[in-house]
Amino acid sequence: MKKIAIIGAGPAGIESASILAKDNEVLLFEKSTAVLSNIIDKAYLFPDFSSASEIADKLNSKLINDNITLMLNKEVVDIVKNDSEWKVVDKDGKNYFVSAVLITTGYQIFDARRKEELGYGIYKGVVTSIDMERMIRYNQVVNSINETPKRVVFLQCVGSRDEKSGNRYCSKLCCVTAVKQAIEVRKLLPEAEIYIFYMDLRMWGQHFEELYRESQEKYDIRFVRGRISEASSTFDRKIQIKAEDTLLGVPMKMTADLLVLMVGMEASCGTKDLGVKCGIGGEYGFVKTATPHLCDNETTEQGLFVAGSCKRPMTINDVINDARSAACVISDYLK
Amino acid sequence: MRQFGFSISQTRSIDLDQVDFSRLDELKNIVPSFMVCMNCGACTATCSAQQFSDFNIRKIKTQYMQGQYDGLAKQLEKCMLCGKCTLVCPREVNLRNSIVNMRRILTKKNK
Repeated sequence: MKKIAIIGAGPAGIESASILAKDNEVLLFEKSTAVLSNIIDKAYLFPDFSSASEIADKLNSKLINDNITLMLNKEVVDIVKNDSEWKVVDKDGKNYFVSAVLITTGYQIFDARRKEELGYGIYKGVVTSIDMERMIRYNQVVNSINETPKRVVFLQCVGSRDEKSGNRYCSKLCCVTAVKQAIEVRKLLPEAEIYIFYMDLRMWGQHFEELYRESQEKYDIRFVRGRISEASSTFDRKIQIKAEDTLLGVPMKMTADLLVLMVGMEASCGTKDLGVKCGIGGEYGFVKTATPHLCDNETTEQGLFVAGSCKRPMTINDVINDARSAACVISDYLK
Repeated sequence: MRQFGFSISQTRSIDLDQVDFSRLDELKNIVPSFMVCMNCGACTATCSAQQFSDFNIRKIKTQYMQGQYDGLAKQLEKCMLCGKCTLVCPREVNLRNSIVNMRRILTKKNK
């Protein structure tokens, strides 16, 4: 039995650990005090509205395995190549010697306060998609004065496709997430007006386009092409927004009770940190794989592997698939 | 009071707070597919009326959806109801039927 260190107990870490533990001993490091912290605060997942907590529970049950040692509250501060082995150093200075390391340190959400003009953290009526997910989960979609909102506006590409934020890339999940959340808001608030402001709608996945169509046809979600340039508060604490309807070529303004910023995915602090320390740091702080097509779990370092959203923005099913492929590649490497 | 020679220009900006969507609501009940347009512009590209005038059915549809009804009734007179727009639509919007109903709703309310 060989020893493998997996860093980060999100869906990628847990899935690959459960597979690798069949023939190996797995040390699963997690910086925070709980696993799956990015999933457990979600309500439902696109495109089929399956319950996030159910999926988290199923993933969690995979950790019940004698060959997996889960170490919570154990941040990994360094990974060093040591001959044919790897030395993993935790925050207490303890060393672990393993045959292979899998980095699954994942993503973090773009901090919407960096887009000051959109008023997040300044006006209570401006929330992020993460806040909205929680509101939907606990059935508490309310405006800044705890009333039922009459008009809810979603804005795409906050912190994505934006030079000002330093993020040129598309976070790829926000389009369909906004459509999903808009449908959920419609189910909770049948009377509300719901708008989505977008630049392009990128419905790349299976059933995404159908969901978009359904949102227009069945749930009366209105789509406006244009980026909201600024948000400000009105005297009655609503949110005044300005945009251009680029399909008509005219400026547009409106007041909304709730402005939802669809925040993008960035490399997590752990991803940025380990990427640099291991010499596999790539664009925007994500880790770089050996080649994009055929060696997407390998890195330029022998025995060091990567999986999940530490590489780029990914959906949960992408992450699960990627974790399985990483497990397969690592098993081959250890033979 | 004496009137001076100044006037205030009307804003070009759409104020969605002031929009009355009742005509859109009426249309979408008759032609539900009107709402699923994704603004590809295939209708306008194939339109015969568009070749010889400034008639742009995609834009008219978008204006109608934003509650900007001014001048639309006049514009819609240019359509010859050939129905090619409906044939090419990738989202199966019944645009020909929408045009007939937009004309009816717009002229009815103008009386």
